Amino acid sequence: MVQSLKTDEILVNMGPQHPSTHGVLRCLLKTDGEWVREVWPYIGYLHRCKEKIAEKVSYIQFMPYTDRLDYLASANNNLGWAMAVERLTSIEVPERAVWLRVLAAELNRIASHLLSYGTFGMEAGAFTPFFYGFRERETIVSIFDQLCGARLTYHYARIGGVMRDLSPETAKAIRRFLDEMDRRWVEYNTLLSDNEIFVRRTANVGVIPADLAIAYGLTGPVLRGSGVAHDIRKAAPYACYPKLDFKVCVGEGLKGTVGDCWDRYWVRMLEIRESVKICRQILDGLPEGPYQAKVPRILKVLANEAYVRTEAPRGELGFYIISDGTDKPWRCRIRAPSFCNLSILNRIARNCLVADVIMILGSIDVVMGEVDR
Amino acid sequence: MEAKDICEILMRHLPDAVREFCIDTADPYLVIEPTCISDVAAFLKNHPDLQFDMLQLITGVDRCQSFEVVYHLTSLRFGHSVTLKAMILHDRPRIASIADIYPAADWHERETYDLLGIVFAGHPDLRRILLPDDWEGHPLRKDYVAPESYHGISNAPQ
Amino acid sequence: MIDRSGEQPRVIRRLDGEIARIQAKPPAERTFQEQRILSLYEQLCEGQMERNVLVLPVDAVLNWARAWSLWPVTFGLACCAIEMMAAGGPKTDIDRFGAGAFRPSPRQSGLMIVAGTLTYKMAPRLRRVYDQMAEPRYVIAMGGCAIAGGPYARHGYHVVKGVDRVVPVDVYVPGCPPRPEALLDGIMRLQDKIRQDTIRRVWREGFWPWKRKTSAKS
Repeated sequence: MVQSLKTDEILVNMGPQHPSTHGVLRCLLKTDGEWVREVWPYIGYLHRCKEKIAEKVSYIQFMPYTDRLDYLASANNNLGWAMAVERLTSIEVPERAVWLRVLAAELNRIASHLLSYGTFGMEAGAFTPFFYGFRERETIVSIFDQLCGARLTYHYARIGGVMRDLSPETAKAIRRFLDEMDRRWVEYNTLLSDNEIFVRRTANVGVIPADLAIAYGLTGPVLRGSGVAHDIRKAAPYACYPKLDFKVCVGEGLKGTVGDCWDRYWVRMLEIRESVKICRQILDGLPEGPYQAKVPRILKVLANEAYVRTEAPRGELGFYIISDGTDKPWRCRIRAPSFCNLSILNRIARNCLVADVIMILGSIDVVMGEVDR
Repeated sequence: MEAKDICEILMRHLPDAVREFCIDTADPYLVIEPTCISDVAAFLKNHPDLQFDMLQLITGVDRCQSFEVVYHLTSLRFGHSVTLKAMILHDRPRIASIADIYPAADWHERETYDLLGIVFAGHPDLRRILLPDDWEGHPLRKDYVAPESYHGISNAPQ
Repeated sequence: MIDRSGEQPRVIRRLDGEIARIQAKPPAERTFQEQRILSLYEQLCEGQMERNVLVLPVDAVLNWARAWSLWPVTFGLACCAIEMMAAGGPKTDIDRFGAGAFRPSPRQSGLMIVAGTLTYKMAPRLRRVYDQMAEPRYVIAMGGCAIAGGPYARHGYHVVKGVDRVVPVDVYVPGCPPRPEALLDGIMRLQDKIRQDTIRRVWREGFWPWKRKTSAKS
């Protein structure tokens, strides 16, 4: 009787509207009971035509659209776009503006990793980290509110400088936050990092070997979680990073294998601490001077091309711009880190449980606004 | 290693592949024969002095008369980068896929096919990736006109 | 409650047999309950039901319950979803409005907050989730993209220029993205709208949702 029953593999759609996906991502799972045999991610549900829009609007007008690429790290995207355009036009940026941009980018990195911490905990079934992460994130967001008047889409770095100078009150608020962050960081770890249930859910799950990570073009914490110490802030330093002291955090397999979900999570937690360190150094060493260079209102760029890469919270964010002498790019290609990071999902989420797929997805930490652009 | 040295090594080993070396832009690039792209990619990846192990980006550019396919490669080990360009005909946009050499190329090629209509021969699964399967046209082409409606939903701005 | 122009309401028709039985009895033999039913029936027939205290509290109770238990279906599409999450976070606690229980299933929820850019690839999915929700259902269009395409209205070939082209929208919350406080304001506006609602609307528009025309826009 039992032998005559036939078992079959079932195709299950997860998403595009699913509470545990990061944004609108659809995954088609081939399942055998609770085991997932294969995963095919389907993207494009948030394709907002960014690269076409870049060809239609001017260099200066495209800046707000970069806010909405990786909407959790707007300041990093602004920095990338501003650097790319400045490279093409050879605009000299005042030293103070460079430092302020990096300050904004690093604060944003903390905010982004905090959100990742919160949602990753939520995906593991723990709701409390979400509230803890969002509590500190609100503080950063209110600092940005003081700094540039926006909560999410900052538009802070402008071509040739920044939008507004740092006021002494804001600097004080940032310092207060950084001091608080040191205490909170310990609290986060007691809550989630060493939690036995959490470790069992994440250690040895979704292991990405280093060579596979490089072959798939992964960058950011996903690559560093696999033990590859590659950070563009160190490998190809830009802005004021050469003058700052910080270290590249890599996964060491503390709870399991190198390159598992826990390692990627842990790299993000360590990076929060490094970013706090960087922010302190910037506040201490912020040079005086103007914060905006003179930029023509209609910015025409001679025929040229450049690929400028920066280290966003999710990895290497690159802008490849081809200009043609007008005030609009001929072609703008955005290398979105999440897009490349997500492409490995089909390879690593094989022969694992359905719940593991959620954890792997959470540990890759994709933002669909960036994947689909 | 500078782009010039990389070009020299490549010229020495694959003399037919390199068509031009352009240094008048902010980032210098190599123009290569489109038919040789697989050989060049495999060579750059495996040469012990070059070891371009990571593909960063594949870009398609519509130049009206032709298409350019741009490859950005980097080496994590040595920290150098190179930009390759291949020019292909506009009315026959076809180039060999390098997805078997760099797995990262898989999605980049699908996206380039989706948005520009460049066909990558030998790609394991060349389908649209961002746009719906029944979408008409390739939006990043310069002569693309946005549809007036899609499945009964009007596309006119309010 | 009585629709004078149309046919007799269903409730009364169902009571017909019962009323006839009571009327056949001599008044002395009627129980207290039967007398009460008869007097209500007479009031109904005289058209005094609208003045009756019975109906107004039902409206009030229903509206009160609906306005304070707006369980939203999680429909975070893009950037606005982060602000929607922030609205559910510790600072601006959306739970105060009874709208914090984000449901994973459309069948358990009465409100859809469309937070973010709707694309043509996503539009059929949005419509399907909306169709799966139970009546009464409400839609909040959050952010510029959901209202009219936002910054993508002009060159965004793949962006739906407004969610109201796919589903009827009750409240529009502008901003790019709106602050969490703006979303709370939108929820309060929706509560105002629900409070003005009456169950007479059901008689007016027909009970079955698929026979009904689209919901009114605010």
